[in-house]
Amino acid sequence: MDKEIFVCRCEDITLAQIKELISQGHRTIDEIKRVSRAGMGPCQGRTCRMLIAQELAKAYGVNVEEVLMPSFRPPVKPIKLGLLAGGE
Amino acid sequence: MQKTSSIVIIGGGVMGCALAYQLARRGVKDIVVLEKEYLTSGATGRCGAGVRQQWATETNCLLAKESVRMFENMNEELGYSKDIEFKQKGYLLLAYTDAQWNQFKKNVKLQQSLGIPVEMVDPQGAKDIVPHLNIEGLIGATYCGTDGHANPFHVTYAYAEAARKLGVKIETYTEVIGFEVEKGKVKKVKTNKGDIYAPIVVNCAGAHSGEIAKMVGEEIPVYPERHQALVTEPVESMQDPMVISFHHHIYCQQVPHGSFVMGMGDPNEPTSFNQKSSWQFLEEVAQKVVNILPPLKDIRVVRQWAGLYDMSPDANPIIDELVRVKGFYTVAGFSGHGFMVAPITGVMVAQMILGEQTVLPVKPFGIDRFSRGEYLLEHSVV
Repeated sequence: MDKEIFVCRCEDITLAQIKELISQGHRTIDEIKRVSRAGMGPCQGRTCRMLIAQELAKAYGVNVEEVLMPSFRPPVKPIKLGLLAGGE
Repeated sequence: MQKTSSIVIIGGGVMGCALAYQLARRGVKDIVVLEKEYLTSGATGRCGAGVRQQWATETNCLLAKESVRMFENMNEELGYSKDIEFKQKGYLLLAYTDAQWNQFKKNVKLQQSLGIPVEMVDPQGAKDIVPHLNIEGLIGATYCGTDGHANPFHVTYAYAEAARKLGVKIETYTEVIGFEVEKGKVKKVKTNKGDIYAPIVVNCAGAHSGEIAKMVGEEIPVYPERHQALVTEPVESMQDPMVISFHHHIYCQQVPHGSFVMGMGDPNEPTSFNQKSSWQFLEEVAQKVVNILPPLKDIRVVRQWAGLYDMSPDANPIIDELVRVKGFYTVAGFSGHGFMVAPITGVMVAQMILGEQTVLPVKPFGIDRFSRGEYLLEHSVV
């Protein structure tokens, strides 16, 4: 079942993969992002960030708000390079 | 955490993990790697992920050439459960001035004498390699087909995984806060999680290695310097080699995943631990890359970030034992090209510490070269 649940839709990362990474000792959203690419796609983790936080909270027995958030990096929405190049 | 060790390595980047593995492989027990955050949280995880052999100094050419050979077999050698994503689709270096072109001619002569398969191409030849390249103003280019890309996260995890299998302890979220030195020898490492006795300490802390050295009262000439990068959405494969223009201070490659990764060095960047992104970078790099590689104008940027180069005065590393604190080694100052030379550096440093013959000479990287004025000045840095 977990193999059919997609947590990161941009990079096709399933709940099963997230759980396995947590069981291997990855402790934060940032660590999971670097090893799996979850949160690196066009939406930049807007969907998966909190879902991964929930899984980490469950695994470590803490509240979701205690899970360390990753850096929020610009730009907030994808922007074409051509548009940026034309900026004055 | 354990109270004793044979060797403590400070820094859980590619350098620290490669060194830990190479020492463990040579039979050293009780190695501890200390990392203040998580593996790859520093410069390794923020680098441009390129692997090139086209350098202007013999030392860098050899370090890179030997490392490429190691990247080629790394998945197998380390028995890695995933993939380091090593691809060899080349590097194309662009020359826009006569001075640059003359320097390239010298570089190519050196590189070829060392057995690096590099060639000089005219603008049309460069366009044959990268069809969407704008060749306006281009004088020529150099190309090496065995240069390439590897995934810095996976290379580091591959070394860490292999090191752990050999008994290395990797302590993440453990910050070094001081040392105890006795009779000119390092004795103990103090961390926020307790103290560890260690007769040998290796400082692989990248841009923070100067701060670490200060904790034993020593100054090493390694300075933090912010460099920025961005990544686009993944698109169909369209560009094989990494394209570099030293004239524009820019590099741009399409990684195996399909995204373009590009970065720019700012010659006016001050020495500082600032690693925040800036909007100026986005505009500047976009203007330059759209000029050099026009079809990229329609590709979207999804994320930008920054990291710290560990700059040394001649843009080359310091690999040496401190004179006044025996057992304390510096392996830092890689100045933006540490990732690509980490495999062979791990071997060299392990051999140096164990008193073995080193695979490449370590002496040129001695810290006293600066006081003697014998700089290994490397020009080919973005």
